[in-house]
Order: sequence, then C-alpha cells, then structure tokens
Amino acid sequence: MNKILIQGNQVIGEAAIRAGCRFYSGYPITPQNELTEYMAEHLRKVKGGTFIQAESEIAAINMVLGASAAGARAMTSSSSPGISLKQEGISSMAADELPGVVVNMMRGGPGLGNILPSQGDYFQATRGGGHGDYRTIVLAPASVQELADLTMKAFDLADRYRNPVLILADGMIGQMMEPVVFKEPKPRHYSDSFIMKGAGNGKSRSIRGLILDALKMEEHNWKLFRKYKAMEQREKRWEAFKTDDADLIIIAYGTAARIAKGAIKRLRETGLKVGLIRPITLWPFPDYAIRGFAAKTDRFLVFEMSMGQMIEDVRLALGGRGQVEFYGRPGGVVPTPAEFANVVAHHYKNDEPEEED
Amino acid sequence: MKEAPARAMKKVFSRPASLKNAVYHYCAGCGHSITHRLIAEVIDELGIRGITIGVPPAGCAVLAYNYFDVDMLEAPHGRGCAVATGVKRMLPDRVVFSYQGDGDLAAIGTAETFHAANRGENITVIFINNAVYGMTGGQMAPTTLLGQASTTSPPGRNAILDGHPVRMSEILAYLEGSKYIERCAVNSPTNIVRAKRAIKKAFQYQIDGVGFSMIEVLSPCPTNWKMTPIDACKWVDEVMSATFPPGVIKDVKGKG
Repeated sequence: MNKILIQGNQVIGEAAIRAGCRFYSGYPITPQNELTEYMAEHLRKVKGGTFIQAESEIAAINMVLGASAAGARAMTSSSSPGISLKQEGISSMAADELPGVVVNMMRGGPGLGNILPSQGDYFQATRGGGHGDYRTIVLAPASVQELADLTMKAFDLADRYRNPVLILADGMIGQMMEPVVFKEPKPRHYSDSFIMKGAGNGKSRSIRGLILDALKMEEHNWKLFRKYKAMEQREKRWEAFKTDDADLIIIAYGTAARIAKGAIKRLRETGLKVGLIRPITLWPFPDYAIRGFAAKTDRFLVFEMSMGQMIEDVRLALGGRGQVEFYGRPGGVVPTPAEFANVVAHHYKNDEPEEED
Repeated sequence: MKEAPARAMKKVFSRPASLKNAVYHYCAGCGHSITHRLIAEVIDELGIRGITIGVPPAGCAVLAYNYFDVDMLEAPHGRGCAVATGVKRMLPDRVVFSYQGDGDLAAIGTAETFHAANRGENITVIFINNAVYGMTGGQMAPTTLLGQASTTSPPGRNAILDGHPVRMSEILAYLEGSKYIERCAVNSPTNIVRAKRAIKKAFQYQIDGVGFSMIEVLSPCPTNWKMTPIDACKWVDEVMSATFPPGVIKDVKGKG
C-alpha cells in the first residue's frame, strides 16, 4: 500500500469515498472547507456519488437523513457553530435509527468564536447534542492516519448500530498534512430491509420519530437505550502511552493528546515518570480503563483545550479514587509541548496542588 | 322492474389502493382528507404505488403515514424538501413527494423549499395552505390574511406589526429551477376535480423528469377559522382567493 502525504480534512473525504460514502452534503465553514471541496471534486466522479452544497447546515443534515433512509452511506461535516445547527437532524436520525457520519472540526467558541483549534464541543458531542434521550458514538482521532482509519470505522459503526456517528477533531488535525496509508475498507453489512425504496408489491412502511402514545414512546426509548448499552459494552477505545511506570497520568484526547505526548517525551528525558491515557471514543467513554489505572497511580492530570469538560467523565470514571488535576486552554489557544511540559512538571513536583494564581 | 343480479353491478367508487383502510383524525370539513384522497387516486391511476416515497411534515398531516399506503419518511419540521432531496438523489427512479403545510413550508422551512426549487430537484411538493397553524391551535401563519384573526393575531393580522401574507407559489415561480406550479382549492366539486388534475400533472412531470413541481392547495380549516364547514368553503372563494388567486402560476410545458 502506498503512503501518501495528505491533509486531514481531505483524508476524511478520501477515506469516506473508499468506505462507500455516496452522499455528502455540506455548507461552507472554516476550518473544514477542504473536506467539502474534496467531496465536490471527487464524489461526483464516483458512480452513484452525489455531492450537494446545501443552503444551510440544517438542510445538509436533513439531506443526509433522506439519503440514509434511501440506503446510502451518507456524511456531512461542519465546525462548531454549524454542528449546533445540525442537532435537530442528528436527534431525528437517532430517533429514526438511521446511520450517518457527522464530522465536527471544532473551533473556538462559544458563539461564532474564532476559527482556531479548540475542544469546547465535548459536552455537546458526548451528551447527544440535540433534544431528547439519545447518544451518538464519538470518535476522537489524534493523527491524520487515525482520521483515515476512524472515518472508515465510523461508517461501519453507524451501520452496525443504525445511529449517527460523530468524528470529533479540530482545526489543527483538519489542517495538517501527514503521511497516510489507506487501509482496505470492510465490506458493508446493512440489511436491505432497513432501506426505504418504495413498497413494491409489498406492505408499505414508515420511518418516523413521532410516537404520540407515551407507553410506545417509552418502549422506543428503552429499545434505543439497549442499543446504547451494547455500544458501551463493545465500543470503548483508548490508547495508553508510557503508563506502566507512571507516577502521574495525563488524560487527553485529540490534539491535546498529541501535545501531551510531545511533553511526555521531554519530561521523560528529565526523569519524570509521566504517562498518557488517550480516549479514542469519547462516548462511550473508556471509564473502566481509566479506573484500572487508579491501582497504579493516584495522580491524574486532565488536559483539554477547553475550560474542562471531559474532566467530568474522568471524575465519574474514577469515582473518588486518586487526585484529579486540570489544565485547560479554551478559546483556540494551542500550547506547545514545551509549554505544557512545564505545566506538567509543576504539577508533578507539587504533591499538594497549589491554588491557581 | 327486474333487479339486476349483484355480480353485474359496477363498482364506481371505492377507497384508492394507495390509501389505508383507516379513519382520518382530521376535523369535519378539513381539506387534508380530500387532498390525501386525491394524491392516492393519482398514485393509483399512474400505477406508481410501489415506487412512491412520501415525506410527511410536522403539523396536522404529521400522521399522514397512517393513511397513505406508500412508503413514508418523516421529516423534521420544515425540512421536507431537504429530506426529499436526499431520497430522490439516491433513488432517482422513484417518485418522491413532500406534503407540507403553510407553517412548515413557508415559515420554518422556507429556505429548504426555496433552494430545492432553485436546484430544480425533480420532486413534487403538495403545499396545503389553510392560512393558519392548525395542529398547534390556530396561530398566525405566514399565509394568514391581512385582518384575519388568529390566536397570535387576535385583533387581525396587521401588516405593519405582523407582515404580509407570503405567496410562496409566486415566489418559487421566479426561480429557474421550478417547472410547474399551480394553486388549487378543495372547497367545491369543480375545484376538487381541478386540483386532482393538477396533482396528476405534477406527478407525471416528475416521472417524465421535467423537474420541481408544487401544487398549492387552498384548504378549509373550519375549526381554527371558527366557521361551519360550508362557510369555510365559501370563505376560500370569497376571501382567501383574493390574496391567493387559484390558477396555473408556472408551467414550462405551456399548457394550463
């Protein structure tokens, strides 16, 4: 297999097309435009491929809903403010049990914020995001290679659970170029019976989220709940990096985890035993993995490019075990590995954490 | 006079095959049930039941899948044309129609409708205009007439405070992408026959690949208009039609 140098946003498009994505609709927003542009150029060249530049984020996700019901592997992408707009459609797809892939290249917020890398959408991504009682699998790549692998994986997971899957990255991963090897996608397993294509000579059916009877609606909710439970049992993913002898374990995902790795290499050179747990699925959150590490060390440092969102899941995972400290840079600030190494060293050397000044 | 044997009797009227054997939840005198029937008759006559996919709205017709015996895919409020676009692009040989009310199509879903028409999506939109939000209890719609009282325009719609009624058919007719737009009514036998003819033409245009078509249906809502069904039918002709004149608004193939 050939290794090619390609940009993060484009790699999602290429991986999606290779994975059989045949419908993409998107609306321009920085920092993910290269993905929309890639699909405009390449998806229409593929047999049966449809690219539509939608009039809005809302239209884009609803087109994906329609294409998904019609049996297509379908995707849309955006960045933070645009993802807020898509929530109605994501909630509807979860209710209708329709697969689809939604990419969020996060930027600084709240509001219009800025176009710089950020991780402020963790709550929105991992708590369903839209209205109602539902969840979506959230994949958080930390390299362009992983972006390629997880994009393909996202389509498989979406089909397996008939549920939207989110890819949550940020402008940094979207904009950078790295060498990538595209793996062979798995063949699609998706029953024909889920696809709406007209009743033919048979019975007509409907796909819907409206269930006016409370008991039937409850039954539907419990059905979805059992599916989410299955996701929790099977789909938790994480990476452990230099944790075996670590006195202090950093917990970070995506771009923050990359920075942490760079910092850890520096810290190890000075003899500080620091490791990293990197959640790859943010929902379902790899809680038992993190809990397991509490037997090895009692010091955890959560690092996020936000004011602190994943830290709540870390605390829930640890259930009072260990000591959880936090370092966050919201608003689009990306600290360098050297800067972050200084922060970690400061924490490492202070058994009793100081009050923030 | 001899009675003809039963088997020789000709059945001249029955439930269309594309309608389920269900009792409508619609109020007495409501135009939805008539329009449902017209669509079902057209689907039967064109022989397209097995290849038709309908997209019902949020609103009074949200339960349309209880009545139409064709595949139905629910759209979030106002998003019918976007959902229909996704379906049609993936299944271009299917017949896809959205069924939308005035709040759904001309307020919360204006953008989706406008741009589907502008892209010339080869879909058919059935647009029920009853000048009011029906299901939520009679609030002012984008199509509410000037002076018309509603629960959110109690003294009557005031142009300065509430804006003017929106004529979506005329607006969409300006777009290059729209191919056939006609405004009909279902308030009298003559108008019902005309409406059916228009709906059939719209579906036929889609089958022929002509492009975006929309049939606006002026539809009585006696409950929220606070009228008897007969008065509501009269009101469509005598009042509503002045703001929303029925007729062919655009037909690229020329004939009305």
